[in-house]
Amino acid sequence: MAYRCTLRGEQYTFDDLKMLLAKASPARSGDELAGLSASSDAQRVAARYALADLPLDTFLKSELIPYERDDVTRLILDTHDRNAFSRLSSLTVAGFRDWLLSEDATTETLAATALGITPEMAAAVSKIMRNQDLMTVSRKIRVLTKFRNTVGLEGCLSTRLQPNHPTDDLRGIAASTLDGLLRGMGDAVIGINPATDSVSNGLALLEMLDHARQRYDIPTQTCVLTHVTNTLEIMNRGGAVDLVFQSIAGTQKANEGFGVSLSILKEAHEAARALNRGTIGNNVMYFETGQGAALSADAHHGVDQQTVEARAYAVARAYDPLLVNTVVGFIGPEYLYDGKQIIRAALEDHFCAKLLGVPMGCDACYTNHAEADQDDMDNLMVLLGAAGITFLIGVPGADDIMLNYQSLSFHDLLSLRKLLGLKPAPEFAGWLEKMGLYDPQTERMLDIPPGQTLLGEMAR
Amino acid sequence: MTDDRNAPSVPPHTADLWQDLRRLTRARIGLGRAGNALKTEDVLDFQASHAQARDAVHTPLDVSALTATLGPEPYLIVHSRASDRSTYLRRPDLGRRLAPETLGTLTKGDWDVVFVAGDGLSSFATQQNAIPLFRAMKSRLPDWKIAPLVIATQARVALGDDIAASLGAKMVVMMIGERPGLSVADSLGVYLTYAPFVGCPDSARNCLSNIHAHGMTIPAAATKLAWLMREARHLKLTGVGLKDAAPDAPLIENTTPTLEKDNDQ
Repeated sequence: MAYRCTLRGEQYTFDDLKMLLAKASPARSGDELAGLSASSDAQRVAARYALADLPLDTFLKSELIPYERDDVTRLILDTHDRNAFSRLSSLTVAGFRDWLLSEDATTETLAATALGITPEMAAAVSKIMRNQDLMTVSRKIRVLTKFRNTVGLEGCLSTRLQPNHPTDDLRGIAASTLDGLLRGMGDAVIGINPATDSVSNGLALLEMLDHARQRYDIPTQTCVLTHVTNTLEIMNRGGAVDLVFQSIAGTQKANEGFGVSLSILKEAHEAARALNRGTIGNNVMYFETGQGAALSADAHHGVDQQTVEARAYAVARAYDPLLVNTVVGFIGPEYLYDGKQIIRAALEDHFCAKLLGVPMGCDACYTNHAEADQDDMDNLMVLLGAAGITFLIGVPGADDIMLNYQSLSFHDLLSLRKLLGLKPAPEFAGWLEKMGLYDPQTERMLDIPPGQTLLGEMAR
Repeated sequence: MTDDRNAPSVPPHTADLWQDLRRLTRARIGLGRAGNALKTEDVLDFQASHAQARDAVHTPLDVSALTATLGPEPYLIVHSRASDRSTYLRRPDLGRRLAPETLGTLTKGDWDVVFVAGDGLSSFATQQNAIPLFRAMKSRLPDWKIAPLVIATQARVALGDDIAASLGAKMVVMMIGERPGLSVADSLGVYLTYAPFVGCPDSARNCLSNIHAHGMTIPAAATKLAWLMREARHLKLTGVGLKDAAPDAPLIENTTPTLEKDNDQ
C-alpha cells in the first residue's frame, strides 16, 4: 500500500510502510549507504506528515519483514499484548507522541503499556520526536532489574567497568579493575571483552573476576563478553557465570550472522537462571545492540537501521535481561557519520528500548575515523543522564586499548554523577562507603591512594 | 605535549604503585583528579593521541614520496571509485572498486602475485611500512613473477581483487593501513587472497595484522607471509582452508581479523 503527502504544493508518494519509515528517519550515513534515506529534506518532512497520520495498529496489520521468513517478526507478533495495547489502539502515530509527552503517560501507565508496544511502533513515533521529546519520555520510564544489586532506580546511574586488555593479561585487567573500583565504577557489571574468544580463556578470566568479587564481597556481577555458545560450555564446565552475554540484532538473518538463534538464547537463559548465583534477583542476561549491525550483515530486508535496531529490543526483552546497551558509535562512520548522528541514534535507542520495557544503557563511544570527539561524548553523556539512562560504560582514561576506540572515562562518569546528582546502585554505594572510598556527607568519591585502601592488594 | 605515560599526574606518594601497575597494561590507569575531572596534562595527552589518529586517517598518502623510495622499479598508481576521504568513509562499497579511468591503465599479464600498497584508514602505516615489506617479500620470493607494485588510494581491502583481476595476477597481497587507535596510529594490515575476484568473500583471505614498530616487525611479517603464499600456491586457496592446513598454528595466530563488528577495512 502506498502512502501520500502533499507538502507546500508538492505531492510525495511512499510505496510501502518500510519506505515511509526510512524516508521519515533523521539523516544518517547508514541509511544513505543502504539507499533508503530521503532524497531531500522536504521529502523527509513529507514522510513524517504521512507517518504521523497512520493509525498505530497499522504496525500490527502490516509486517515489515514477513512473519513466515523471520523469527523476530514472529516473536514480536506472537507476544504482543492486546490488553496492554488497548489504551493506545485508537491513536495515530502523532496521537501516540502527544500522549507519551502528556501528564497521562506516567511511570505507571508507561509500564502498563510496554508489552502492548511493538518495536515498529516505538521506531515510528521516535521519528517524529525531537531529541528533547525522546529524553522527556525516557525519563518517565523506570525499568528495575536485579542480580546482586538493583539496577535502574530513580536517581541512580550505574556503570559498567570495562577493563579490557589486548592480550587478556590477568594482572593488567586486575589493574584496570582496581582503578575503576577506586572511582566508584562497576555496579552494572565488571565486564571484559576478551581479545581471544575461547572457552578456556573465558574460564580463566571469569575465575579471576569472581575471585576478586568474593574476596572483597562486592555487591555486583561479572561477565566475560564471549559468544553465547562459549558461555554455555563454560557453564557446563562449572565456570563462574553470573551473566550470559550476547550481541543481538533485529532480524533472524542478522542474528544468524552473529551465530545465534532464539532457541540458543533460551537455552543459555535457562542454564544461567538455574545456577541461582544472584542474591537479590535473577536477571541473568546481558545484551549489546547497535544501529547498522543488520545492514553490515546484509540482513536488513530494506528496513531503515533505526527500525531494525528497535526490533532487537523485542529479542532482548524476551529473556528478562539485567542489562542491555547500544554500542552506538562503535560501528563506524558509514553507519553513523558524526557526533550529531551518534547522539541522535543513542537517544533513539534509549527511548525505544525503555518504551518496550528494556533496561537500556549505552556505550557512549566513537572510533577514530568518525567525525566525533570527547566533547561529543560529554554532550551525549549529559543528555543520556538527563534522560534517565540505566547505565553507561567506563574505560580507564576513555581509551580502550583492546578494541581501539574511545568511550567515557571513570572521571567523566564521576563528573556526570556530580553534575546531575546521580548515585550508584544503593547496594554498591553502601559497599563503597564501607570500604572507605565514598563520603556520604559530601556525596563524593574520595581520592585515596590505592596502597592505603583495602582493594590495593587486588592487582598485586 | 607529552607522550610519556610514565609521568602521569598522580600524587607523589601513590606514584610507585600505579607505576608498577602500568607495566602490566598500556591502559590509562591511575590518572589523577582535578575535582572529578582529569588533570590538564592527561586531557592534553589524550587529545594529542586522538589528533595523531585522526591525522593518520585524513592525511593523504604521499604517493610521490613512496615512488621516490622505489627508485627505478616500475610501479602503477590507481584509485578507487571513492573520490575523496569523506566519500571513502561513508561508502566502503566505492572503496572496493577501481575508478573507471584507472581500470584502463592496468593490462593483463602473467603474474604469480601482485602487491598493492593501499592507504586504507591510516596513510601513516602505508607510508612507513608498505615498501619495506614489499622489498622484504621480493627477496624472499626470488623465483616468483611479481607484478609492478600498485599504489592505491581511497582503498579498501577488496580493491585488491579488482586490481588482481585486471592484471591477471594469480594472487594479491593488499598491504593497507589499519584503523588507528589512540596508542598506535601506523599499524599495517596485510591480506592475502588466492584467485581473487570482484565480490570475493573475506573468508577467502588470510590476514596478518598489527605490523608496526612496536608490534609485528617487518621481517617477522615477511616470513609468515612468504609461508602463507607458498602454501596458497601449493593448495590453490587462501582463507579458512589455508588456516586449517597450517601445521604450526602459532605461525599464523594473527591470521584472523578478530573483533566483532570491526568490519571497516
